[in-house]
Amino acid sequence: MKSIELLISAIALGLGIICYLKLDKKNIILKKFVMLFFGLLTIGCLTPFIDKYVPLSQLIMNEILVFGVLAMSLDILMGYTGLASLGHAAYFGVSSYACAIVMTKTSWVTSFAAYTWAQSNGLGIIFLLVLAIVVAIFFAAFFGLLAIRATDVYFLMITLSLAMVVWGLAYRWSAVTEGDNGINVPGRPSLFGINLDNDYNFYFFTLGIFLLCFSVMYLFVNSPFGKTLVGIRESEERMKMLGYNTWLHKYIAFIVAGIFSGIAGFLWTLFNLFVSPPDLELITSAEALFMVALGGPATLLGPVIGASIIKILQQFVSIYVERWPLILGAIYIITIMVSRLYKVEGILGIVSKIRGSSASSKE
Amino acid sequence: MLKRLVVLVAVIALSFTFAVKDATSAEKEFRIGWLAAVTGWAAQIGKDMTNGFKMYLDQQNYKFGPLKVKFIVEDNLAKPPVNVRKAMKLIKRDKVHLFSGGLLASTGYALAPLAERTNVLYISPIPAADDLTQRKRYKNFMRLGFTSSQNSHPQGQWACEQGFKKVVTIAADYAFGYETVGGFQKTFEACGGKIIKKLWPKIGTKDFAPYLAKFPKDLDAVFTLMVGGMSLSFPKQFRGAGFKAPMLGGITSADEFILPNMGDEAIGYITAGQYSAALDTKKNRAFVKEYQKRYGKMASYYSESCYTAALFIHKALAKINYKYDRDKFKDAMRSLRVDAIRGPVYLDKFDNPVHNVYIRKVVRISGDHKGLGVKPNSLWNKVIKTYPAIGQFYPDSAEKFLKQPVYSKNFPPCKHCR
Repeated sequence: MKSIELLISAIALGLGIICYLKLDKKNIILKKFVMLFFGLLTIGCLTPFIDKYVPLSQLIMNEILVFGVLAMSLDILMGYTGLASLGHAAYFGVSSYACAIVMTKTSWVTSFAAYTWAQSNGLGIIFLLVLAIVVAIFFAAFFGLLAIRATDVYFLMITLSLAMVVWGLAYRWSAVTEGDNGINVPGRPSLFGINLDNDYNFYFFTLGIFLLCFSVMYLFVNSPFGKTLVGIRESEERMKMLGYNTWLHKYIAFIVAGIFSGIAGFLWTLFNLFVSPPDLELITSAEALFMVALGGPATLLGPVIGASIIKILQQFVSIYVERWPLILGAIYIITIMVSRLYKVEGILGIVSKIRGSSASSKE
Repeated sequence: MLKRLVVLVAVIALSFTFAVKDATSAEKEFRIGWLAAVTGWAAQIGKDMTNGFKMYLDQQNYKFGPLKVKFIVEDNLAKPPVNVRKAMKLIKRDKVHLFSGGLLASTGYALAPLAERTNVLYISPIPAADDLTQRKRYKNFMRLGFTSSQNSHPQGQWACEQGFKKVVTIAADYAFGYETVGGFQKTFEACGGKIIKKLWPKIGTKDFAPYLAKFPKDLDAVFTLMVGGMSLSFPKQFRGAGFKAPMLGGITSADEFILPNMGDEAIGYITAGQYSAALDTKKNRAFVKEYQKRYGKMASYYSESCYTAALFIHKALAKINYKYDRDKFKDAMRSLRVDAIRGPVYLDKFDNPVHNVYIRKVVRISGDHKGLGVKPNSLWNKVIKTYPAIGQFYPDSAEKFLKQPVYSKNFPPCKHCR
């Protein structure tokens, strides 16, 4: 029964349509969420089916899901709070390193024993996930203290330099991180007896985590707290006057973004089974930034679209076009020019603008 | 709203399907996956590598006996994580029989476990990390380049025999640097020389003044391991600072890739390598001449290594009657004795090549050297001494050598450092 993905995606699509028709029109946020959730689920479930005809698409989709989580987490900071960070790969990187180290450093008796114990109880992967989150919280909480007071370019520079410190650690502290050789992870732990070494199983595991992260982040940015972040982005002074402790709000947003970045790092370690310094260098941070900017900040879905475009170009188009970065550059320029024209941001901004104008012309 | 959803699904589906390609494997096809930098900082080196491999295939008209060779190039950006993904693509989508390529030692470390996991052979033409054929061997990994310390073992002996007593080492701060310097230090000190200072500038250092200030004035020679732009700037600044001592170095400090951009300050630079474009054999002259004609560049060890990798694959396939089977192919590779461009090459039982190591000295040769078509008055790595059939453990036995830890910043310890 290999076409089970088709069945699931059909059910997801059906559920999405039913919810769309049945749900109250006034509750836009819930409605939008249900649509996005089932839409993503449908596409996600369809991919392994497509993979039979287009080999590799499952692998690329898997990577898109990992970087989608990273880009969405940056969106909390960049899109909603208005703090563009150039160091977001730091949490992504430390978490993936933490997972890889715990899985491979047999000489670190305590951590390795804890991991083996968890694994023997079928909880290895939960252990790693918790570890990734804890490490990300720790780093984000510390870096946040240093970075949050600044804004704009200064915030960008501080996050960048903090991330470079982490990169330096990964690169130079070879006793722990193996330096530029990177760490190879032998295999994935199983989840309640499900063998995740099978790429097919792991794909659905990633999809599950992705949807979970998406849901939580969606809830987060649409909660009253999330609205205060938008308020801070629009006018921090006004928010202060209204009695909000804006520093604390930004700090919490920073940590939450760090957590999801850490979860993306956890997925990345298990996906690529190889961690090395390029995973947390500037280029990875910048790539995440591009994903958000390209797709449309403050949309959550936008960064996922941005991640899809960048990853598809990197992995698929590069097969046919040697100079694929040119295409990427062209897409950027076109997107930026068109969004300037419409006075919106990113691809999703353009889409909603076009839709909005056509809808208004109909009415 | 429904319409929008359908459009979204259609767009995603389309973006996947435009890449649909007939993936059915033809019976008489031999698919080789190739990972090299096409874009990014190492694109020029990547080009040298790809050119070397392609040149052999071109000469054979992409035919290995009855098999048609399909050569699939993937851009790895010279980044280890990208290599992993691209290799997965080659294995899953193109269903390659084996894959090759890669530049950095870290790429080797990334790809070797993948080869073991996926049961596809990886033939490494350049990545030189010592341990891949020493202490951390992987099942489907074979090397046709060299190990980082392989060239510097005989060079250490040579330097000692020249009467150098006090040597300062300065090398790029990463594994390739540690291993090259470690090999040199081991044999140099075993013979009675002294390393009096070890310096580790980070990769990409342009200004060596802070390091040069730390140089003792009474040094007999300096041993360098530079990569990329560092190779260009170090000799200039070293001479500029008034040092007259001879310069010794690892293969990348003055290889043919960088020589055309060097000036008179490089003359006299003594490096050790398994290849030199100035190697005076009939085979090599023909190789350099043809390479120059095809690509307008002097052949480098990158191109030679990759050319030899293609040669080995062809010969091994011929030995098993062009019926590819991974294990039989590996055995065939191990049994080969090939007269390659660099000289005789065969694999030791750790799947690392045994070949000549040449001590090379940079000289300027006026006019069109031996009619090879290379730009007149070029710098060449003249071979001044040949160490025949050098393996990775020279001069020790494998057992003895493997008891010591892998060369690192702190091994061998610097006993004579000031």
